[in-house]
Amino acid sequence: MNRIWILARMTFREALRRKIVLTGLLLGIGFLVLFSVGFHYIIVQVSQVSSAANSGDPTGQAASNITSTESKHAILLAGLYAVTFLSVAMAALLGADTLAGEIGSGIIQTIVTKPIRRSDVILGKWLGFAGLLGMYFGLVAGGVVLSVWLQSGYAPNHLALGLALIYLESLLIMTISLAGSSAFSALATGGMVFGLYGLAFIGGWIEQIGSILQNSTAVKVGVIASLIIPSEALWRRAAFEMQTPMGAMMGGMSPFGATSVPSPLMIAYACLYLLAVLALAVRSFAGRDL
Amino acid sequence: MNPAIETHELRKVFGTKPAVNGLTLRVEQGEVFGFLGPNGAGKTTSIKMLLGLTAPTSGHAWLLGQPLGNRAALARIGFLPEHFRFQDWLTAAEFLELHGQLYGMPAPELKNRIDQLLERVGLAEFRRAALRTFSKGMLQRIGLAQALLNHPLLVCLDEPTSGLDPVGRRLVRDMIHELRQEGTSVFLNSHLLSEIEVTCDRVAFIRHGEVVRLLDLAALPAGQITVTIRANGITPQALQALSQWCSQPRMEAETLILTLPSEAALPDITRSLVANGVDVYSLTPQRMSLEDIFIETVGKDGGL
Repeated sequence: MNRIWILARMTFREALRRKIVLTGLLLGIGFLVLFSVGFHYIIVQVSQVSSAANSGDPTGQAASNITSTESKHAILLAGLYAVTFLSVAMAALLGADTLAGEIGSGIIQTIVTKPIRRSDVILGKWLGFAGLLGMYFGLVAGGVVLSVWLQSGYAPNHLALGLALIYLESLLIMTISLAGSSAFSALATGGMVFGLYGLAFIGGWIEQIGSILQNSTAVKVGVIASLIIPSEALWRRAAFEMQTPMGAMMGGMSPFGATSVPSPLMIAYACLYLLAVLALAVRSFAGRDL
Repeated sequence: MNPAIETHELRKVFGTKPAVNGLTLRVEQGEVFGFLGPNGAGKTTSIKMLLGLTAPTSGHAWLLGQPLGNRAALARIGFLPEHFRFQDWLTAAEFLELHGQLYGMPAPELKNRIDQLLERVGLAEFRRAALRTFSKGMLQRIGLAQALLNHPLLVCLDEPTSGLDPVGRRLVRDMIHELRQEGTSVFLNSHLLSEIEVTCDRVAFIRHGEVVRLLDLAALPAGQITVTIRANGITPQALQALSQWCSQPRMEAETLILTLPSEAALPDITRSLVANGVDVYSLTPQRMSLEDIFIETVGKDGGL
């Protein structure tokens, strides 16, 4: 455990020193500023429209409250979706270069010839990246949620669970990337991870549309895509958990909502999937000539 | 005492091409052992197998009496790879600290050792400088320090002087001498013969992944010559008579090869051969350097 911790700290320190974190944070902050400003003007618009729409009529007041909540929620979810994408990209890039790069440069040679297990290297890096992603995601996603709450007083349901599921998605992508990196070049790994992510994304949409059209074949295609890589399923479950009561009544029909909701079983599958990929990474790295 | 390195028929095949083909050797503790061969002879692959970087296709090996990959043995081994690259975002002191921690060294001991080694390799004033600002020579020094952190019983150096200036080479040589005095075994991979000649106790010549010759350099003092004698009618008695000057006369076809400490005995050897009825056609003394032995052993094609 001690050696894993040493390697995790090294991974963390590397990301700090090589300005990976700094670049990520600057872009994240840029994104937050843009999001907050955009949200501000939309909120102003929405409240003007709703105050104009209801002149003392209680039914109209209730209706406009719902509209207002729905629009806030939709924007929040759009913001979180963008954060998810940023985290996934960061996860993919962090994982892709790490082992492939160190094997290529030979840095790995003085590490694995120390009295450590090769699995310590994988687990240490995983832990280091998980910490980094947690920090990054916590800051940017937390910023989005905070910005919405401060400006409008709106906070979604089951926020912690929703964010945890999205964080799990970035961990999943990072793990796949790390596993790829233990066997392939950084470029091949990056290509593979984004390919898989794209597959999950398209699969998710096919499932959504299939569900709206009540086309069971399309839904099955989506489920199969989720089985191949359950990243998008995690996002949709998160969106489902955080949805508004009105949204729940409408079946989550919004661009960033979830009409076809991944079951808890799919979430369990995603967790097992992550562990299996991590085991695969350990195994592939253990057997590799360096 | 267990040998520092013992290998038995170690083989590594990449695809269908054997890189190391049945390597069998034994390096004693406290010995400075040179591993010499042309480029592509399998030297680096051999060292990688010993250190667990590459899995052997077949065969067995032990380091400090333990099978390959044993962590207790790795804790007592230092290694400087050939094309070393280090975490260049670390400072010199941080780099050594990281590697010391990976060796499992306790913090106070590690701190002392880092100070001591930085001093020894002449980098004490650069301890807070990032490795990315280091020259090749400085990196080699810090790499050496890294390989000595754990007071190793065995140090494996893969081409430690390649690309170094004479000062750097001298430092490597001095450190190897010090290690020998401390009783540390050194396994030195090199194709720089002059380095091997001045530092090593024994040398293995490797070609096409096999040991083709083992040479005891301590028994090859300066000034030694090799005499090639072309002669007819060499009898066992004639060979016997030569034993007072040369312990191991070698017959190769029609020629007799003798290794002698100096030229002084040549007239006596000639008289002895003639007295024993041998027809001598030519007698060619040659001063042998390691380079001659190298060329003679691996061939002029460099083992291609």
